[in-house]
Amino acid sequence: MKKVFERTRGLTEVRMRYCPGCGHGIAHRLVGEVVEELGVREKTICVGPVGCSVFADEYFNCDAIQGAHGRGPAIATGIKRTHPDLVVFSYQGDGDLASIGMAETIHSASRGENITIIFINNAIYGMTGGQMAPTTLLGMWSTTSPAGRKAEVEGHPFRMCELLSSLPGAAYLERVALNKAANIIKAKKAITKAFRTQIERKGFSMVELLSPCPTDWAMPPLEALKYLEEKMIPYYPLGVYRDWEEKVEKKEPEKVGVEK
Amino acid sequence: MGERILMKGNEAMAEGAVRAGCRFFAGYPITPQNEVPEYMSWRLPEVGGFFIQAESEVAASNMLFGAAACGVRVMTSSSSPGISLKQEGISYCAGADLPIFYADIVRGGPGLGNIAPSQGNYFQATRGGGHGDYQVIVLAPNSVSEMANFPRLCYELAFKYRVPAMISADGILGQMMEPIEFDFEPIDPDTLPKPDWAIGDATGRERRVVKSYDLRVGALEKQNWERKKKFDTIQANEVRYQLEYEDQAELTVTAYGSCARVAKSAVMMARSEGLKVGMLRPITLWPFPTKVLNHLADRVENMLVFEMNLGQMLQDVKLAVEGKARVHFYGRPGGGIPAAEEFLQKIKEAIKGGPVIPIDPKDI
Repeated sequence: MKKVFERTRGLTEVRMRYCPGCGHGIAHRLVGEVVEELGVREKTICVGPVGCSVFADEYFNCDAIQGAHGRGPAIATGIKRTHPDLVVFSYQGDGDLASIGMAETIHSASRGENITIIFINNAIYGMTGGQMAPTTLLGMWSTTSPAGRKAEVEGHPFRMCELLSSLPGAAYLERVALNKAANIIKAKKAITKAFRTQIERKGFSMVELLSPCPTDWAMPPLEALKYLEEKMIPYYPLGVYRDWEEKVEKKEPEKVGVEK
Repeated sequence: MGERILMKGNEAMAEGAVRAGCRFFAGYPITPQNEVPEYMSWRLPEVGGFFIQAESEVAASNMLFGAAACGVRVMTSSSSPGISLKQEGISYCAGADLPIFYADIVRGGPGLGNIAPSQGNYFQATRGGGHGDYQVIVLAPNSVSEMANFPRLCYELAFKYRVPAMISADGILGQMMEPIEFDFEPIDPDTLPKPDWAIGDATGRERRVVKSYDLRVGALEKQNWERKKKFDTIQANEVRYQLEYEDQAELTVTAYGSCARVAKSAVMMARSEGLKVGMLRPITLWPFPTKVLNHLADRVENMLVFEMNLGQMLQDVKLAVEGKARVHFYGRPGGGIPAAEEFLQKIKEAIKGGPVIPIDPKDI
């Protein structure tokens, strides 16, 4: 029989704990494949976050370090600045990257740290049971915004690619989605380019992956994918926001609320 | 080695760290330790090291966590409020058994406080500092010479036991200038063996993980018991102190850091008046010189603890003495700096069995 697909050596054999319908499993596989295909697996360090993917150090087949909530880019800075030949990626959720870790995210991008951020944006706090995140959409229910997110109370959600795109130190920023095969293929291309940005020493790279969270969105998996397509993508347009190689086209996001 | 240089405390400590192999410093401006990051910003690149002014003390302690995980000799410094910010990062280092070196140039607190010297962070330093069951090794210099030479000892102990090690100094020590000599040859960290727990290039070996969590049932408890063994070994083997004039003493004064300099002057004055006063200067605040205090309490009726705070090391002295001697206290918190003549009066009150009258705030 001809082998058409193989588990990447970028991942270990450890069985993942993610919920049915979660995007983390796909994201892990893409990163593992990219790191293997680029031939850098043994020189790669995974900086794992606090969140559903706190166990990333068990799933990625490379040296790993598990650090404090939001501090991934700072930890990565300490590793990369002392060992510039290692490939360092920080895998973070939206609460990690855009709430408690906002300063570390912005400053590492501004300093042009030669690291790669894999940002899983599912617009909710997953591990802790569904609290409002910095990227939770207006009108969206969460356990800490039970009346639905209101701009005048909880503020607007952050668009992180757009925010970081104002910083000269950010060399490559792209937003992708994990809701269907075509987008997943594009996501892998983006992750490849991000790691290439680091390996070719062009500066800071980040890939924001819009990801479903059926459990904390309180939806079945297929409905969650629909929600991602119809509600998240219009507010968080997919595409490249900074590129050191090619010109970037401007994007116009729609303002989208969510009906209760 | 062999060359006497006039240096400021903060800079002597920074130079001492570089000579001891420090190659990564992350810090943030805060008075009275700004000379440390400023010195490191030009000195570290000279030896191929890396300096960064981080976006906050929080970020700095986490940068240390990353670099330390790779086996690098790292350093950060701050003062009181900044040390509070670093506790999350330090607890993570302790939980991952990583060697780091940091310094607290203590100023008056709590809160923003003032920029005067204080010893108000003794509890914070000697009780771990951050969350969880852990200890950091705490060295308390009392001279610029010790500021210069203690970093080497901090790295030695930190790497030997895989624990954080810190210098607890105060604003006076950070700012004063004294002639110093380094008592060791410069260490090239590239000649040191790379630790077998460090993450990095995994070519040709099994992958490694640095982490401070373990959710498997019973695993974290076991980890904590292992760490306790380490702390017990350190307590048994690494206590350092200076004890003077102990025979026939009727009163033992206990003080550390700048307070010990003031106390020494007062003790000399008392002795010249014929009073039999001895002096114990803890050099390691953790591990604390519990045994020597306990033995002293068999022979000496009165002890006098002298600190720039409301009574913190006082508790460790009382614990050590186990009720065998009377323990008196004189303190000046919130940046108050005591004078030798002031303390001499307290020695006279204590040697008679007390009471030792605290300063009347109206007299400040």
